[in-house]
Amino acid sequence: MGAVPLRKLPPGLWRGLALAAAVAYPWLVNDYWVDVMNFCGIYMLLGLSLNIIVGYAGLFNLGHAAFYAVGAYTTAILSTRFGIPSLWLLPVSALAAAAFAYVISRPIIHLRGDYLCVVTIGFGEIVRIALINNPGGLTGGVNGIIGVPRPDLGLFTVRSVDQYYYFILFFIVLFVWGMGRLERSRIGRAWTCIREDETAAEAMGIDTASLKLLAFVLGAAGAGLAGNIYATKMTLVAPEGFNFWESCVMFCIVVLGGTGSIPGVIVASLGMAALPELFREFARARMLVFGLAMVLMMIFRPQGLWPSAHWRRQVKRESGVTPMPSAGSPAQ
Amino acid sequence: MPRPLPRCGAGGSMEEFVQQLLNGLTVGSGYALVALGYTMVYGVLKLINFAHGDLFMLGTYLAVSMAVSCLGAGLASPWVVLPIIFLTSMGLVGVAGVLIERTAYRPLRGAGHLAPVVSALGAAVVIQNAVMLAYGANYQVFPEGLVPEARWIVAGMNIPVLRVAMLVLSLILMAILYLFIQRTTVGAAIRATSLDHDTARLMGIDINRIIMLVFLIGPALGAASGIMIGLYYRQVYFTMGWIYGLKAFTAAILGGIGNIPGAMVGGMILGLFETLAAGYISSAWKDAFAFVLLIAILVLRPTGLLGERVVEKL
Repeated sequence: MGAVPLRKLPPGLWRGLALAAAVAYPWLVNDYWVDVMNFCGIYMLLGLSLNIIVGYAGLFNLGHAAFYAVGAYTTAILSTRFGIPSLWLLPVSALAAAAFAYVISRPIIHLRGDYLCVVTIGFGEIVRIALINNPGGLTGGVNGIIGVPRPDLGLFTVRSVDQYYYFILFFIVLFVWGMGRLERSRIGRAWTCIREDETAAEAMGIDTASLKLLAFVLGAAGAGLAGNIYATKMTLVAPEGFNFWESCVMFCIVVLGGTGSIPGVIVASLGMAALPELFREFARARMLVFGLAMVLMMIFRPQGLWPSAHWRRQVKRESGVTPMPSAGSPAQ
Repeated sequence: MPRPLPRCGAGGSMEEFVQQLLNGLTVGSGYALVALGYTMVYGVLKLINFAHGDLFMLGTYLAVSMAVSCLGAGLASPWVVLPIIFLTSMGLVGVAGVLIERTAYRPLRGAGHLAPVVSALGAAVVIQNAVMLAYGANYQVFPEGLVPEARWIVAGMNIPVLRVAMLVLSLILMAILYLFIQRTTVGAAIRATSLDHDTARLMGIDINRIIMLVFLIGPALGAASGIMIGLYYRQVYFTMGWIYGLKAFTAAILGGIGNIPGAMVGGMILGLFETLAAGYISSAWKDAFAFVLLIAILVLRPTGLLGERVVEKL
């Protein structure tokens, strides 16, 4: 065994070890650290869903918190007003976020790069302002909505941190599995093609507009699902939980981890959630450090912490050239 | 923003309308000055300088510090203090802009589109938190008596002198910039660089110096706007740069990004639109109106109102 390089070990073994470690985690640490990991898990779900939009399809989305908010508020409103069990609302929240994404991204899907980025920021802000302004008395204004019920699984209600840990872990495994399949599917390959060269993709007969829309809709559905989990876990939702900063953190998880890379998203979420906890004494300066890390990462390691296989292949082919997937500039 | 605009009731009298118009123009000239920074940087680098709004905020904080130390040193005349505040703060923010370009943007030139966006966001986070650490997380307040509280009564309307002075100063700064860009050799070099880096280089233009100059002028103008806003509202906050910057960016897109007169016109239109919509429809939705306008413009007319520069493949 000693002579076998680590990289040559079958990837299935690594995945199995990672999953075993994840399952064992709550037995090794106290409740506080399990709870930290629960938040981290929600960011993983958000990062994985945003990865479809930013990583696979190469669309800049800095308003992912809007979809997250739609999911969370759908759950909060329907469960507190109509008493619908929050577990049933899991798919409903995902569908609501997906429908919202469809409606708002349809007119803007032709925009490129920076422009799309700015429009998504705009949508994120509009959603937040709308939540604060409490249209029709639905969203509860600045204070939000309290008393969201916990999900009832039939045999028991998910309540303790450990139960939430496994509840979230289940969805992370589901997302990772689903996205791995998606990445290698016909749709996933079409997204890669669009990301690398949209004109060429169109020439190959790929329906770029529909597929870009699909990326937004699927990514939003994932965020809506994460929103449901967040709402039931916190039992309350408020507009400030969905501000631009949240979108920015999600975007950074995808880019710093390695655009388009599932293990990258996992690693970056762990770093994003765990490092501030480890450096509590620098709490006031941690955002400063975070900003510096964003700049330095882009200069010295633009491929991210755990680059996608696609990236590594390209580096081998044309060493020295930066194959950063460019989403194209509107002025090209 | 620290404090909402003084809201005039949606009465509909002529006087109120004129008041709103003046408010809108003053707010708009502030947006225009900040929008110029976005549009000039976009012109030469095709980059949204996400740190620009925070440089604007840095300008207001530096101005507060300068004002406090000037008054502390016994200087009390606004005619002495204000020029000192404006010049030092604009100069320092300009230098900060150049430093950010050198450290966060220049190493990423030609590295695709994703990396500079993240780096720019990172730079914005750094400035915001550095200011927060240096000054604390509370509001900073401009000292009393720095600006005259005088008001003019014109035809029964109560017009603050400061508001008019802000508008006039903004217009003067914009006129100077316009003449500089259109009538001087350096201005021609900036225009050439925006059009085509390679050709500009062949004409003997030092691209890096032009980019440096743009990163000096843009943030300096942003700082001037920030100081005026700060003097008007009297208090500044370390997150104020973000939303204000986003709206100024909206103004830049409104006028056609990369287009300098467009940014000026776009700022004025945005200011008027926002003020009138807040005054006559709903002030709680004021910020949302600006973003709705931004999205509408990008969907309906992506080249902006003065979009003479053809934006292809959008």
